[in-house]
Amino acid sequence: MELTGAEITIRCLQEEGVEYVFGYPGGAVLFIYDELFKQEAVKHVLVRHEQAAVHAADGYARSTEKVGVALVTSGPGVTNAVTGIATAYMDSIPMVVISGQVPTSFIGEDAFQEVDAVGITRPCVKHNFLVKDVKDLASTLKKAFYLAKSGRPGPVLVDIPKDVSNHKTAFEYPSTVNIRSYHPQVTGDANLIKQAAQMLLEAKRPMVYAGGGVILSDAAKQLTELVRLIDAPCTNTLMGLGGYPASDKQSVGMLGMHGTYEANMGMQNCDVLFAVGARFDDRVIGNVAHFNSVPRKIIHLDIDPASISKRVKVDVPLVGDVANVLTDLIKVLKSSKQKPEARKDWWKQIDEWRSANSLSYKNSIELIKPQFVIETLHKITHGDAFITSDVGQHQMWAAQYYKFDKPRRWINSGGLGTMGFGLPAAMGVQLAHPGETVACVTGEGSIQMNIQELSTCKQFNLPIKVIALNNRYLGMVRQWQEFFHGNRYSQSYMDALPDFVKLAEAYGHVGILVEKPSDVEGALKEAFARKDELVFLDFRTDSTENVYPMVPGGKGLSEVILAEDL
Amino acid sequence: MRHIISLLMANEAGALSRVSGLFSARGYNIESLTVAPTEDATLSRMTIVTRGSDEVIEQINKQLNKLVDVVSVMDLSDGDHIERELMLVKVHAEGADREELKRMSDIFRGNVIDVSDKTYTIELTGAGSKLDSFLQAIDRKLILETVRTGASGIGRGLRILKI
Ligand SMILES: Cc1cc2nc3c(=O)[nH]c(=O)nc-3n(C[C@H](O)[C@H](O)[C@H](O)COP(=O)(O)OP(=O)(O)OC[C@H]3O[C@@H](n4cnc5c(N)ncnc54)[C@H](O)[C@@H]3O)c2cc1C
Ligand SMILES: Cc1ncc(C[n+]2csc(CCOP(=O)(O)OP(=O)(O)O)c2C)c(N)n1
Ligand SMILES: [Mg+2]
Repeated sequence: MELTGAEITIRCLQEEGVEYVFGYPGGAVLFIYDELFKQEAVKHVLVRHEQAAVHAADGYARSTEKVGVALVTSGPGVTNAVTGIATAYMDSIPMVVISGQVPTSFIGEDAFQEVDAVGITRPCVKHNFLVKDVKDLASTLKKAFYLAKSGRPGPVLVDIPKDVSNHKTAFEYPSTVNIRSYHPQVTGDANLIKQAAQMLLEAKRPMVYAGGGVILSDAAKQLTELVRLIDAPCTNTLMGLGGYPASDKQSVGMLGMHGTYEANMGMQNCDVLFAVGARFDDRVIGNVAHFNSVPRKIIHLDIDPASISKRVKVDVPLVGDVANVLTDLIKVLKSSKQKPEARKDWWKQIDEWRSANSLSYKNSIELIKPQFVIETLHKITHGDAFITSDVGQHQMWAAQYYKFDKPRRWINSGGLGTMGFGLPAAMGVQLAHPGETVACVTGEGSIQMNIQELSTCKQFNLPIKVIALNNRYLGMVRQWQEFFHGNRYSQSYMDALPDFVKLAEAYGHVGILVEKPSDVEGALKEAFARKDELVFLDFRTDSTENVYPMVPGGKGLSEVILAEDL
Repeated sequence: MRHIISLLMANEAGALSRVSGLFSARGYNIESLTVAPTEDATLSRMTIVTRGSDEVIEQINKQLNKLVDVVSVMDLSDGDHIERELMLVKVHAEGADREELKRMSDIFRGNVIDVSDKTYTIELTGAGSKLDSFLQAIDRKLILETVRTGASGIGRGLRILKI
């Protein structure tokens, strides 16, 4: 029996076990929407803006081990999706985006709602396809899912012209994929693993620096075992939080621009650095020359050879999947007769740095401190919620003060830093985990970039808790202006803010205004007690609070500004 | 350092733009880029001449390998290789110049492939530097038009780029 391209598209999604498609209809995808209508296995979530569809698919993917799926129409549908696609690309999130295209015979004629989707998205996808013949559709979608989730994951776009979705062909979903030019390396080189093991055993001041690759590889268990085995301090990047339990004594917290003093000093002063699924980002190691000015050996484990020796030269490159390579490495370490060096002096040094208490802050009885809100949030949710975030100061406070013990609980845009990510991402997370607690930590600036999604939340009964740290400023911008631009707060004040409580109510949700520190805990309790409702908490926080510690851009990791320096 | 990189890639629509897009997006330099199908019609072979520090060249190789359409990459400059470029030069060839230009073409083992009463078109192949020398050796005023293909390269002996 022959099926149309639209039927094939839906059948492929079913074959892939896709539970939710996040999307928005339009002319070029009408045949596909018609097929969606006729079945129930693949559920469609109608967002209010295509950017949100992609972020929601992204949040769904980050909080599960699955590929997120978004569906958008041609032209403005796909251009609206680009920010979402670039966000997923920068953080290596597995995703398939299906876009409609004008009919093949119209391509290149400046047809209505025609854009070169493949051209526009090329720099921000792992790969993309334009399907010109319905006969190629099933195999292309199969490849798209395979590419999205294998190797270093990433978004894949499949552009389907309207006529292709209406043409018929015999349907068969391929059971395997073979792309002759694509063979990600997942197992590590045995000799290099031995070399790494030896280096770790002999290290006097070892440090484990773990990133998003640990989360993507679902390797938190292996990482934890390794860190304990070699008795090293472990730091996590913003993308790696939860990959190692933050409450463990070997954890030194997040590193980088807003990392803890002990993490950054440990990075700078260790003699053997083991980077695991992390990419030496500029927000992480600061000034490269300063970082390189002290000798240390570096072992770098990453599935993408291009991540290795990109910004910092490494001594032992381990190309492979984190879970896989760590399992092998642990075996080698366990079978070795040699025991790790005694690390008493190193731990003494780490504890000394720790005692600087770089995350301490002065609480207030008059003004709500944002850090206090996050600490209370942690307490009320028993540290066990899924937390999504937008971008800015509130993001850093959430990362610093919500101590993540489990992977895939912290969902944020690290690489692109996309304001507007938090709320739609939370929708994807909540749909993937019905019944679980999901909170979106946001700012009054960021939330307004996708606030229309409150409507989607109503339609799909998503009881997300929106924790708005409302400081009346584009706080992160204001902080940089205070530090580096002579307190000239150019366009960083948020005037004419809406009444968020009324706004939440207008969308059919509950809104709570919190203005006093003494009301913080009560408000949070009340919000989380409303299990079936979305609650928007508008916390009026101290508008002048800054994020500390801070390693200013271009500075070295030890050239840090601490709160008490000022 | 100047490097000459050869690669095989799937002969898919848009494959070329993935490579050229990579170079512009990452700020890598391209001196020349040539591409054409191979004896296996599903594959194209590309030769790219670029410049960069060792670190940059290492990244270029890795980033090229990472493109899903790219089947294999070889930095020809890592070993013995041969490099050839084709150039067509149209020159003003009248009077005494006519004889002199023919002589120069012969010295450089060029061929005159088109003749009119006022012009010659000379075909030359060789390494880029040889083509440069030819252009320097003739009177600049006589050059009407030049077109060069950019370098193509191949490894010597058993250095083979194939799948
Ligand atoms: C306002 C703001 C402030 C920030 N401040 C900080 C900060 O203070 N500290 C900080 O850390 N970040 C900070 N960031 C985030 C920063 O920009 C980067 O996004 C982040 O540091 C990158 O994390 P990562 O190195 O873990 O890499 P990721 O982007 O998570 O990359 C993962 C790496 O793992 C590899 N990988 C993927 N899958 C596997 C696998 N299965 N096996 C092996 N390897 C795999 C990938 O190839 C890649 O190299 C900030 C961002 C914003 C927006
Ligand atoms: C789409 C987008 N535009 C601009 C920026 C630059 N930017 C980074 S943080 C920030 C301020 C965010 O303000 P708010 O959401 O109120 O958070 P706060 O820093 O005050 O906690 C801005 C404008 C960005 N990251 N994303
Ligand atoms: Mg703000």
